[in-house]
Formats: sequence, structure tokens, C-alpha cells
Amino acid sequence: MNIELLTLSKVTGIEGEEGNFKVFIKKSPRYVRMDKCIACGACAEKCPSKTPDEYNANLSNRKAIYVPYPQAVPLKYAIDADKCIYFKKGKCKACEKLCPTMAINFDDKEEDIILNVGSVVLTAGFQPFDTSKFDTYQYGKFPNVVTSLEFERILSAGGPAAGHVKRPSDKKVPSKIAWLQCVGSRDLNRCDNEYCSSVCCMYAIKESMIAKEHIGQGFEATIFYMDIRTHGKDFEKYYERAKKEGLRFIRSRVHTIAEADKTGTLKLAYVTDEGEKKEEDFDMVVLSVGMEPADSAVEAARKLDIALDDYKFVKTDSLSPVSTSRPGIYVAGVIQGCKDIPQSVVEASAAACSASISLAPARGSSVKEKVFPTENDVAGQDPRIGVFVCNCGVNIGGIADVPAIAEYARGLPSVAHVQENLFTCSQDTQEKMVELIKEHKLNRIVVAACTPRTHEPLFQETIQNAGLNPYLFEMANIRNQCTWCHSEEKERATDKAKDLVRMAVARVALLEPIPALSVGVNKSTLVLGGGVAGMTSAISLADQGFPVTIVEKSSALGGAAKEVSKTWDGKDVNAFVSGLCAKIENHPDIKVILNSEVVNAAGFVGNFETTIKTVEGTFTVNHGATIIATGGKAAETEEYLYGKNPKVTLWHDIEHDPERLKYANNIVFIQCVGSRDEARPYCSRICCTTSVMQAIFIKEQRPDANVFILYRDMRTYGEKEVLYKRAREKGVVFIRYARDNKPKVTEASDGSLSVEVFDPILQQNLLIKADILNLKTAIEPSINEQIASFYKVPLNEEKFFMEAHAKLRPVDFASDGLYVCGLAHYPKPIDESIEQAMAAAARAATVLSKPSIMVSPLVSQVNAEVCIGCGLCAEVCAFGAIVLEEVGAKGKRAKNIPASCKGCGLCAASCPQKAIDMLHFRHSQLEASICAVA
Amino acid sequence: MLTCDYFNPLQIRGESMTEFEPKIVAFLCNWCAYAGADLAGVSRLQYPSNMRTIRVMCSGRIDPVFIIKALKGGCDGVMVGG
Repeated sequence: MNIELLTLSKVTGIEGEEGNFKVFIKKSPRYVRMDKCIACGACAEKCPSKTPDEYNANLSNRKAIYVPYPQAVPLKYAIDADKCIYFKKGKCKACEKLCPTMAINFDDKEEDIILNVGSVVLTAGFQPFDTSKFDTYQYGKFPNVVTSLEFERILSAGGPAAGHVKRPSDKKVPSKIAWLQCVGSRDLNRCDNEYCSSVCCMYAIKESMIAKEHIGQGFEATIFYMDIRTHGKDFEKYYERAKKEGLRFIRSRVHTIAEADKTGTLKLAYVTDEGEKKEEDFDMVVLSVGMEPADSAVEAARKLDIALDDYKFVKTDSLSPVSTSRPGIYVAGVIQGCKDIPQSVVEASAAACSASISLAPARGSSVKEKVFPTENDVAGQDPRIGVFVCNCGVNIGGIADVPAIAEYARGLPSVAHVQENLFTCSQDTQEKMVELIKEHKLNRIVVAACTPRTHEPLFQETIQNAGLNPYLFEMANIRNQCTWCHSEEKERATDKAKDLVRMAVARVALLEPIPALSVGVNKSTLVLGGGVAGMTSAISLADQGFPVTIVEKSSALGGAAKEVSKTWDGKDVNAFVSGLCAKIENHPDIKVILNSEVVNAAGFVGNFETTIKTVEGTFTVNHGATIIATGGKAAETEEYLYGKNPKVTLWHDIEHDPERLKYANNIVFIQCVGSRDEARPYCSRICCTTSVMQAIFIKEQRPDANVFILYRDMRTYGEKEVLYKRAREKGVVFIRYARDNKPKVTEASDGSLSVEVFDPILQQNLLIKADILNLKTAIEPSINEQIASFYKVPLNEEKFFMEAHAKLRPVDFASDGLYVCGLAHYPKPIDESIEQAMAAAARAATVLSKPSIMVSPLVSQVNAEVCIGCGLCAEVCAFGAIVLEEVGAKGKRAKNIPASCKGCGLCAASCPQKAIDMLHFRHSQLEASICAVA
Repeated sequence: MLTCDYFNPLQIRGESMTEFEPKIVAFLCNWCAYAGADLAGVSRLQYPSNMRTIRVMCSGRIDPVFIIKALKGGCDGVMVGG
């Protein structure tokens, strides 16, 4: 309601400034009326014009009238005028004849739209690298060479092959597939993309694992790579699992692909680490293509007059990572730089945060709200059920016998009115339903049609307009789960539909009105941790007018960033951190409590109560949202003589001792110290870039110094790859070592250090005298167990906080009102911490900006009379929505917290006393459905 | 499917194998399995029409009693998808 979607539109220009932009938009015609189209698909079924389906990587066809993909929003058809026979030849109009809702409009015209907005967020995305530029890989020439995007569609259950992997040449199930990494990435030789695309290693591993699942026994996957970059959260574990399950990883670039035989089998030629030439046959080759800014995105960026970098990504600064060169215009996603889904989602929320800060004074001024008539009280009334059976054009009516279903419904108990509709969801039917509900005094409604997952909210709104509580409603899914799946068995589909209607009627008769549930919101936020992430989220909220309290356990703000001197793009971190500290000290809406810790917490979204202990004593803070930014630090180690020999240093120690650096001739860095091993099976993400930066710095100061970086995989992802290249140009020596053959550090009697390492290129051991040895130890989280238990939020195995969804909800916890950012979530560089902190602030603002928030009222209900206080319910609840309360002499009793409850019902199913029931999914209501089946 | 040592359900009900149409209750989680069943429809995947779905907000809601009630009530099979 408060999001207007302009599809088929592009920006043609912009005028004005932050707070008052005028955006010019050209909207192409859809030729389908959005208000009429019900996405039944009758038009596409009969459309005679076929064209390659872009969504399926052109591996299958679509029609000229189409929806781009099944989950498209809005789910409305559109005519591709370039492919439509009517537009080309002046006749056809098959779709118009077949459309049951008269939605086709061949007279639709291009529209010019001018929008007045306060800020703009550009999220215009990427395009895959065009592989046909390479002749080496024979793409387009050999049918069994496909791109990773094509393979992704081949693997997809919803794709052109329905998930059955077959190779294009002869439709044989492949038993050997090779993935070639870095096609169109990390390459200045054959293309201009010297950056790393960041996502291809992980998606290649994923594709090969899924292919293995689909193809099964005997399948062999091989990945040819330069460095495996699984630097994302939990990615390294996936890589290790892939290796255990038999995926083969070969560190080499394939130089030639030839056809091995007439069937299309391919012969790959490559050179191994040992310098040995090899040839091997594969059934298929998948090219892991890199990402480039989409041409259309670059065009949009130019129209918006914002600066681009050397690779045409939108130029940003790592200390304000979502701000473009033009104030008021923000950016998110791959158009800002190569990244994966979680990082894109984080960035989108960060962009929303920036826009919210700049628009804070106008907050709520354009918000629309729905108004409903007063609700009728149905208490004490006998059920009068109305059943609306939908034909859905021919989708239901063409298969099941709708009049027979309607007739059957008339005979069911308490059914007072039955109506058949051609399209129950159409606007005019909604109005008719309201009248019929009033006319027949209906107090329970069943709609037998499509799925409640898409249409329940629409019908609930309709019955609310007729004065009924929205929960006096039930859908019988007789389309998606009936006629569409049993189209060859018309009679059985009709029988099933009757059963589903009977089950719905039995259930709806027992449904009760449930009042809306809202909770008040305390406008303030508690931020745990005063590092860059905590400070950024605090400022982001306070700048929008929401008060913040920061709890910091140490005696000063700044956190781990105090150690860091520069970001990867050379920005001064010390100055930035001092700036943040100064801003916080002077901010009227931010309170800082140093030397303090959380000792208890209670409450729920909008209403948290946290007890804080300081030297002066303990006190309570009430707050509406909680942001956890407890940070992390470089781990200690006992490896490589650290702590025993003064020449062995950790992380930023070398920057703090410039004198020693001046006289050191040989400087050695060892990467992955305590990372990517048994104890910490994750990649610390930032160590490679840091060592590379330090090496460049040393080489710039003293070109004659010898700098060695001993690494396992060089993970300078994204545009940081450019630093890796620069370091090599400056003569930094990179030596790869294996986890089972680590470097050996020994101390001579005079205290001098030697590092012995096997060089896989020279195939022999090297002995390096080290004047300084720097160890990049793992980044580990602060001790988080207590905080996790107070707020009932989960930690992963490595004790980082675990977000609600690794891809789609990267800063939320499953429980509302709690958010995570920074190193507490996973090791990350400062720009990503800033983004995540802004994202957490944006997510918190969605709660804080409302006087009260509506929460789903479908929650658990405890009968204290029956409860014996065993606590099983509280134990199984994943959301902290059940607590045990002392009730005098009786001992403890369970109590539910509706605002935290997600309505899953685990407590109700677990309760040995049956003292817990779920609103709208009561035992009695579910049993009514069960009894109605048989 | 319910079986016992000496009779299968067909014999109990006096049906022959060719006539036997099991009735299967499926408890499907709204967020995953139910969505999957919807998608099967969108993809027009064809499967036997014997399943009767009961939507729940989580498969954790399924009380073992529901399963017993379904079987006692004459259903031949119960599926929990979540």
C-alpha cells in the first residue's frame, strides 16, 4: 500500500537536490491492464509467438505474452511488442479473445511520469560477463560448454529441464563435469575485469554439490580454480564438506578445450602445479562467469549524474559505502561492487537508513492507512457459513465440476449461502461478496479457490469491509493443490475439491474472532558495544531522532578499529573513529555508559528491559529495540614462536613499531594462523587484504626490503584484487602453503628467525631469514554466551551471533526487535561493518517509527489452571515467547508473551497437560479438519 | 499405511487392490511444504489425487494425537511436511 511499483519503467533524467528531486521516468506500455489481469495464463497458453526465455538463459521458450518468471511481482502478464504477431503483422489478438477478464489493451501507450521524491536509491544490478568474447573456451561453438547461469537453470526444478541434468549435445546424463573459475574475472589478459567477482567460487561449489545430488552415484565434479574464495559466513565449512564428499579441486587454468569425440565430450588441457601437462575428458564444462555492472544500470547511473569507478561500478567511499557522489542518491547491490545476496540485502537496508536520516523531518507525511467499518460481534451466534466457489476462469472450472462442488457445499451443516464466481478475486466480486455477507447475515466465510498464501489477505480485507473479523475465514485450496495437479483426472479432482470444501467448512464453523494485537513501542534503542558498528548504528538512529544508549564494556569507545590505520581504499580510520567518538559525545540523543556490562534482560519487541552493571551499581534501561554489536578481536596463538621470540608479531603490531620496520630487510607474513582449521573452521575474511596492504606499504617505503606472504588461498575479493596485483607488481613474494604442510619457524641461538616453507611452483623448500614475522591470527568474537542467553538469541558453533536467515535477513534475529552487526556477526572489513550497522539501524527504525506495532495475534494461549509448571514449553520455544512465572504457593506457571510468539505451536504440541492451545489453530479446529477428511 | 500381521487395509475393508484408493492426510507447514505444494501446482506437476492437506503454521504444531486421530478416523496414511 505504501510501495508503488512502476514496472517497465526507466529513469530518463533528474533535477533538483537532496530532499526535493524531480525524477523523470518513461514507462513503456504493458498492453495488459494490471487491475484486470488475474495471471491465469490462458493468454500465454494460446499465444502463437514463441521467443527465447531470458529467465531460463534462453534454454527454453516463452510466449510473446508472458510473466518473466513464476514468482514475479507484480504477478501480471505483459506483451513483448517486439515479438507479438499483432504488432508485427496487424492481426492475431488471440490473447484478447481468450482473456476471461478483458485485460488486454492493445492501445496502451508509453507514459511520461514525473516523481517528486526526497531521495533516490539505485539498485540497478549486474549482468553476467559475456563469454562469447573468449575463443579459448569455445562457448557457443561446443554445445556442452555452458555458462554457470545456464547451468543454474538446468539444475532448477522450475527450469527448462525440470532439474534433470542432461548435457545439451545428446541429452545424456553427464557423469563428469568441470567448472572453470574466473571467466571474466581477475583477468586483464583477455578482458578488462581485473577485479574478483566474489561469488563464483561459492556458486560453483554449490552447483557441483547440487549436480551431485541430482545425478547421484558415479558423478564426478571438478573445479579448476586460482584461489578458492569461500570467505562468507559458513562458506568455508561448505567448501570442506564438498572436499569430503569427493569434489575435486584443481589449481590450474585450463588453456584449451577441444572436442574429444563426435558425441560432444570435451577434452580439457591444463598444467598442474608440478608443471605436468595433463589432458582429461569431461561430459560438460561450466564456465563460472563473473559479474559486470549492467549496461542499463550504468545508463541509469549516468542519467542520475553520479560518479562511476574504473570498472563502471558506482563510486563510493569505504567509510560511507552507500552514498554516491551526489547527495541524496544512494546505492545498493552489485552496481556498487561485486557481492553476494546477504551483502546486497545488508546494503539495501543501509541505503534505506541513509535515506531515512535525510528524510527524517518528513517521516510519515505520505503514509496511507486502511480504514475498516466497526466489527460485528458474532459471539453467541450460530455459524452461518458462506461458501464462495471460484471457477478461476478455466483453471478450476475447466477441470473440476464447480456447480457440483457448489451443490455439495449447500448440503453441508451450517452453510447458509453458496455462490459460484468466475473470478472470486476480481474487484467487482469483492464488492458483491460484501453485499452478500450483509444480506445473508453470514458470520463465517469459506472461499474455495487458489492458495491462502497469496489470496488470504485480500479476502480477509473483504470480509473486514463487511464488518467481520478477518479470522472468521478459511480457504479451500482447490486450484494450486487440486485442479492444477490433477488435470487429467476430472472426477477425482472434483471429489478432492468437495473434500477440501468439507474440511474448510468443518473448520470455519469453529473459528473465533481474534482481536488485532498491538504493543506499544518505547522509542529508544540499546546498543551493546561501542566499536565502529555500535557507534555507526547509534548515530544512524539518533540522527533520525530516536534516543540511543550505548553500553561499552571497556573504558573507551572505538573497539577493534582503534588498531586499524587505513581501510582497503586508503581512508584514514583513526580520523574516522575520532570523528565518530566526537559526534557521539556531542549528540544530545546518545548516552554512553562505559565500563559496563549487561547482567540481565527481559521483555520483547518495543518493550525491552535490560539491567546494566557499572562500578557505580546496577540499573535498568527500558528500550524498544536492541542492537548487538559486541565486536571481536584477533585471537592469541602459540604457533610460530609467538610470545617466545620478539620478532614474531600479530596483525597491526608492525604498524605500531615503524622504527623496527625501518631496519628490517626480510619481512614474512603467515596467513590463516588459527583460521580455516579444526578449531576455527571459518575464514576470517580480512586477513589477506590486510597483509597485502601492509606489504604494499612496506614496499612503498623501502622498495629494497624483501616481503613474503605465505598464504593458503589469496582472498582479496571484489576490487581488493587490485591490491593483490599491485603488491605483485611491487615485488612482494607470494608463496602458497597447504594446511597439512605448514611453514616451520625456528629460532637460532642468536635469536634470529628462519621460516621454512615448501614452494609449490619451485617444488622445493625455501628457507627465509625473517627480521619480522607477522601472523594473521583468526578474528574471533567477543564472549557472547551470556548476552545470547539473556536475549534468547542463538550463536553458531564458533560463537558468532546467528542471524534469522543467512541470505534474506542478515541483520535480524528470529525474535523481533533484536539486530546484530559488525564482528559479532562475522569477521568483516570496516566498510561492511558500517553497512551492517546502518542496516541494523534501518531495521530497528521500522519498529521505532511507529507508536505501536501490530503483531500477529495467532499466538499461544496458556490455561494456567491446567498448567503444572513443568517448563517444557519454555524450553522448546525458539523465540523466548514463553516464560515461567512464580504464582505464590503453587510454584511456577507458564505465561506467553504474545509479542514474541510466532504462532508455530511447538509449545502446544509439547505440553503434556494440553494446557496450551494455539489461537486459530486450536486442537479442536485442527481436529475438525482431520475428522472431516475421512 | 496401517498394516497388521494378517490383513492389509484392503482386506479389512473388503476392497481389491485395483479399487484401493488410500486417503492420505498431509499436515503441511505454511512456510515450506505448503508453499512447495502450491508451487507444484504452478508448475502443473501431476500427482495422485489422494492427498488432503491441512495447513499448519509449523510442523512443530503436530500433536501425535492428530496423527492417531487421522488413522483412527479411517485415513490410510499421514504425511507431515515441514
